[in-house]
Amino acid sequence: MAAAPLQPVAAEASEEDRAGQAAFDRIIADDSRIEPTDWMPEAYRKTLTRQISQHAHSEIIGMQPEANWITRAPSLKRKSILMAKVQDEAGHGLYLYSAAETLGTPRDVLNQQLLDGKAKYSSIFNYPARSWADMGAIGWLVDGAAIANQVPLCRASYGPYGRAMVRICKEESFHQRQGFEILLELSHGTPEQKKMAQDAVNRFYAPALMMFGPPDDDSPNSKQSMAWNIKRFSNDELRQRFVGMIAEQVKVLGLTLPDPELRFDEETGKWIHMELDWQEFKDVIAGRGPCNAQRLERRREAHANGAWVREAARAYAQKAGQRKMQKAGAA
Amino acid sequence: MSNQPMGNQTNIWPLWEVFVRSSRGLSHVHAGSLHAPDAEMALRNARDLYTRRNEGVSIWVVPSEAITASDPDAKGSFFESPQGKDYRHATYYTKSEGVKHL
Amino acid sequence: MNAAPTPSHPARTDHSLDSFGDAAASATRVTPGNALRPEDIAIQTERPSDDVAQYALRLGDDSLVLAQRLGEWISRGPEIEEDIALGNIALDLLGHARSFLTYAGHAWGKSEDDLAYWRDEEEFRSAWIFEQPNGDFGVTIARQLVVAVYQCLLYARLVGSADSTIAAISAKALKEVDYHRDHAIQWTLRLGDGTDESHRRMQAALELMWPYVDELFDDDELVERVGEAGVRPSTLRAEFDAEIAAVLDEATLTLPAVPRARGGGRRGEHTEHLGYLLAEMQVLARKHPGATW
Repeated sequence: MAAAPLQPVAAEASEEDRAGQAAFDRIIADDSRIEPTDWMPEAYRKTLTRQISQHAHSEIIGMQPEANWITRAPSLKRKSILMAKVQDEAGHGLYLYSAAETLGTPRDVLNQQLLDGKAKYSSIFNYPARSWADMGAIGWLVDGAAIANQVPLCRASYGPYGRAMVRICKEESFHQRQGFEILLELSHGTPEQKKMAQDAVNRFYAPALMMFGPPDDDSPNSKQSMAWNIKRFSNDELRQRFVGMIAEQVKVLGLTLPDPELRFDEETGKWIHMELDWQEFKDVIAGRGPCNAQRLERRREAHANGAWVREAARAYAQKAGQRKMQKAGAA
Repeated sequence: MSNQPMGNQTNIWPLWEVFVRSSRGLSHVHAGSLHAPDAEMALRNARDLYTRRNEGVSIWVVPSEAITASDPDAKGSFFESPQGKDYRHATYYTKSEGVKHL
Repeated sequence: MNAAPTPSHPARTDHSLDSFGDAAASATRVTPGNALRPEDIAIQTERPSDDVAQYALRLGDDSLVLAQRLGEWISRGPEIEEDIALGNIALDLLGHARSFLTYAGHAWGKSEDDLAYWRDEEEFRSAWIFEQPNGDFGVTIARQLVVAVYQCLLYARLVGSADSTIAAISAKALKEVDYHRDHAIQWTLRLGDGTDESHRRMQAALELMWPYVDELFDDDELVERVGEAGVRPSTLRAEFDAEIAAVLDEATLTLPAVPRARGGGRRGEHTEHLGYLLAEMQVLARKHPGATW
């Protein structure tokens, strides 16, 4: 959709658009920030609305696999940590929706796109969280990959997006650590616990690597996003950087990564990992993952069950507003 | 080309902008926005959303639609006038350089 | 009487403020704060008497069971903002539960997790209202209203407990349940005086919850034995009734006239709901005896 290079200004474009485009190009060239009321190309607005709202949806859907273990967390300390983390994710979803809304699409519209199955979100959350160790693997690998993706986004050219990412990255730092520590505790625990930890890492490794998106030669939107200073590094660059980090960290855990091909290539200075199953990635994105239906159903149910509550609060606000006005009128 | 953001008519709860004072002696700083049915709930939602880690000692919420922003297209005439008025800055006065407590 | 537990951490002051005035203004500056934590209570060596421990156990169980219930809401709230609000309340309650259970456990050489995960249903001392299912949002708010008003009155008195640990935990808890009370009242007003449907649902929710109100205010022998360390719950009733009446009146709701349920949570006799709640909460921990997490 946004594959077109920096949008050529059509011949019939107004003087205002031409001036707007010139100002926009200058801001991007200076690596400065675009703010909500600035003129921006329609494709830029659309790309960002899509990307930020997908990101927000991912946070909201991402609450579910972890919420699945809040009631069963094996210690009260872990229960508190997990609850705080899932709550943070709700917060991150809101920061992002709030950034997306500055581009002009109301949150209710974005939410409806999610409920209608028209919006995408990170495919990783369509995998089930089967064991407690998955809370560790999700924190370490999934949040780890998310952070690797998000840190460069703090410098995204769209101001509200960058600011939301700064806030999110600050808060996420505890998420990855708590996941790592869950795995550390398990791998030093009983043999069953260690097995549980290894199994979780085995299941989440490849999906976590796929979180960086398709390989560079199959990522049509990347170039434009980089030209707009939304994206700063390519999918493959970020992926190999991440795999290098976890290759070291896994040793501290006393676990292994399920990747026989993983090695550091001295010549290129890059990490080489196994071939990923991109067909599976596409299938899961397209709705054929293990939990897609379940995740969306939960969202729809919460939204439908909350309708009378949202309506009540709105009605009350109107009544209260009227009462206030009457009072003011009577005075 | 429709370049103006659309209105928020379809949101069931209106949008509020949140400003947080991080500690005494500092200004309230814009933290972000949220949805709430009314001002009382907006304040409470802001407390839960933007001060989960002791980020604030005071919160303001303002209906987003109540904010009047300067016109971005008028940037030149609006903000460029102070440029060139170097004499408003201490660095303009070089002859007194090196004089203490000045 | 015990020495008041002091936080084990030195006062955590923020040294990041290396510039002054608005140069340091930020909407994201974070600090952990200085409040009393369950970990601080865990390292204190004072042992409560068996009676005081039993009393702390009640307080802890009430909060634990309710936190577990509220945890079920997460990702299911009527709006994302409300997911966060309910999560905050659950986290507060879980914190209170951990502190009280940790303290109670000192009497018997048990940890908060020993008490939370390895006691059976009949060993829990929570009152019935805490284990009642979430129902719709109105039912949850009705339960919150009763509990938060009750806990506010209770902790306000326990701040003066002759047992300094109970007093210290209550002082921290009081500020938090005061906010829970405000949250519950705000929603009671909005649901009661919102739409016809919300009014009907909220009234029905009150009717559903009211049989469990009286048990909260039952005095018993343990309360007599702990004396000044605790609070005779019956002495909180008048204030509770007055406050609830005022809220319901403003919310255009009616005080339910329904018979009380028998109660018995303080003796370990529970409704059918607690068994399932505990089965879910304890399943993983019990599968791995002796494991740490």
